[in-house]
Amino acid sequence: MMDVNEIRRQFPVLDQQVYGKPLVYLDNAATTQKPLCVIERERDYYLHENCNIHRGVHYLSQMATEAYENARRTVARFVNAKEAHEIVFTRGTTESLNLLATSLGRLLASGMSLRGAELSGATWQSTRRPKVLVTAMEHHSNLVPWQQMVQLYGGELLVAPMDDNGVLDLQAYENLLKQSPQIVAMAHVSNTLATINPVKEMIRLAHQYGAITVVDGAQSMAHLSIDVQDLDCDFFVFSGHKMYAPMGIGGLYGKTAWLEKMPPYQFGGEMVETVSFEKTTFNKLPFKFEAGTPNVGAALGLETAIKFIESFDRKAVAEHEEALVAATIAGLSKIEGMRFIGQAPERSGLVSFIIDGIHPYDLGTIIDKMGVAVRTGHHCAEPVMTRFGIPGTVRASFAVYNTLEEVDILVHAVNKAANMLR
Amino acid sequence: MTIKEIQDSIVEDFSMFDDWMDRYAMLIEMGKECPIIDEQYRNDQYLINGCQSRVWLHAELRDGKVYFTADSDAVITKGIINLLIKVFSGQTPEDILSADLSFLDEIGLKEHLSPTRSNGLVSMVKQMMLYAEAFKSIS
Repeated sequence: MMDVNEIRRQFPVLDQQVYGKPLVYLDNAATTQKPLCVIERERDYYLHENCNIHRGVHYLSQMATEAYENARRTVARFVNAKEAHEIVFTRGTTESLNLLATSLGRLLASGMSLRGAELSGATWQSTRRPKVLVTAMEHHSNLVPWQQMVQLYGGELLVAPMDDNGVLDLQAYENLLKQSPQIVAMAHVSNTLATINPVKEMIRLAHQYGAITVVDGAQSMAHLSIDVQDLDCDFFVFSGHKMYAPMGIGGLYGKTAWLEKMPPYQFGGEMVETVSFEKTTFNKLPFKFEAGTPNVGAALGLETAIKFIESFDRKAVAEHEEALVAATIAGLSKIEGMRFIGQAPERSGLVSFIIDGIHPYDLGTIIDKMGVAVRTGHHCAEPVMTRFGIPGTVRASFAVYNTLEEVDILVHAVNKAANMLR
Repeated sequence: MTIKEIQDSIVEDFSMFDDWMDRYAMLIEMGKECPIIDEQYRNDQYLINGCQSRVWLHAELRDGKVYFTADSDAVITKGIINLLIKVFSGQTPEDILSADLSFLDEIGLKEHLSPTRSNGLVSMVKQMMLYAEAFKSIS
């Protein structure tokens, strides 16, 4: 059994009052709080190790370089990548997806044929008009970069629909694959609906129809075990700050064969091999995609966050989070007019809801005054709100340090706010 | 009552409560009493930009005085706009334009609103001033 109180002691930020009430932090899908070990790791870096990495001949630079590359190896191991160079450090999910949309868009527009058995069976059609398939439940970050890319090159965005419970329509998804998209981008876990998509099956189907696959792992990394080789995805992206790591660090996993073929996203220091005024050749993987000085301190924080996650029995953590979700649903469902948005059988650590006749924004404002931090609004997934015909939802999202007592406070606060607002 | 008198009475009402929950309860009540905009004006043309929830505002000039009506899909927002309506409705364009807005700071509303809501409040005031400005030029 996990000792949540012991875990909470590692998160000083949780131990505070807001408006004279104990803080109940239930906005973990937006960002998790950081444990002391992560904060101290980043602080230590700046206290004792700070140095610009790679190419430095001196001691500190070599140590920092080694620490940074060790962090990369830790991430690679955590997601079970074959090679450390398949991990590119970025600022987070959004930057990873922009990198992919830009680089793959250029590659596709160059008319380069990408047929080849070595590329996970994906036979990218030799066409200059990109077609990208996404799901109806994407966060804007896994929608807008693709939308803008296909618009730039005169291509097309396809959207796989979902049902009223927020479950992807797999049959419709497969039908859309028949329209030969070259890229399929999918949320692993929906940030508004909590749905866990059957990504392994979706990837298998996409490959069968010759498409390459991008998995948005922003909401899954902290909650599910990720094995990119088992998933067989071509790319997997994530943010550090949603998994107890500092802000400003995240990553992109890509199969070597694809990363080799892709043109760089940004240009400048570190990512070059040789430069003359006429020509530049680019560095090898993963440095080709890491232009400029990286966020070394945050990368070390990310490594520590991974070790923090690994210090628990992950099954026990998952059960704990499931219990929090179940208690939230049970408590809230007693409130009149309660409507849960997202009722997929396979779900991860959050609950999205609205109450008839009450604006989510009003509800969030009132329970904030009772110390409960939730998110209200469209959660950067406006098409999802449109699909359900609502202005937004109230979203409570959980992490390892949340407790059943906090769920009780949430339920009580929502109840009280609903009575006030009706 | 003059704008100043109304403002003073609102400041007094707000100062009766120590707890922000009670002040919000008052705003919610105000929201429920908001003079509702005529259905024909409840469209994008009368929507105020800069609010996270939607809010519509309409004004008309009768006997040299400005009368506001409004609506919002969020009741607290409706309460905030009705608070402003209570202050400015039935006043002349000149009085509205020369009004001192420091009562908003006195009741602490601005600082207790989230930044997005606070921006919304500024947008509401601005829109009311624009109406007053327009009526001033025709009256």
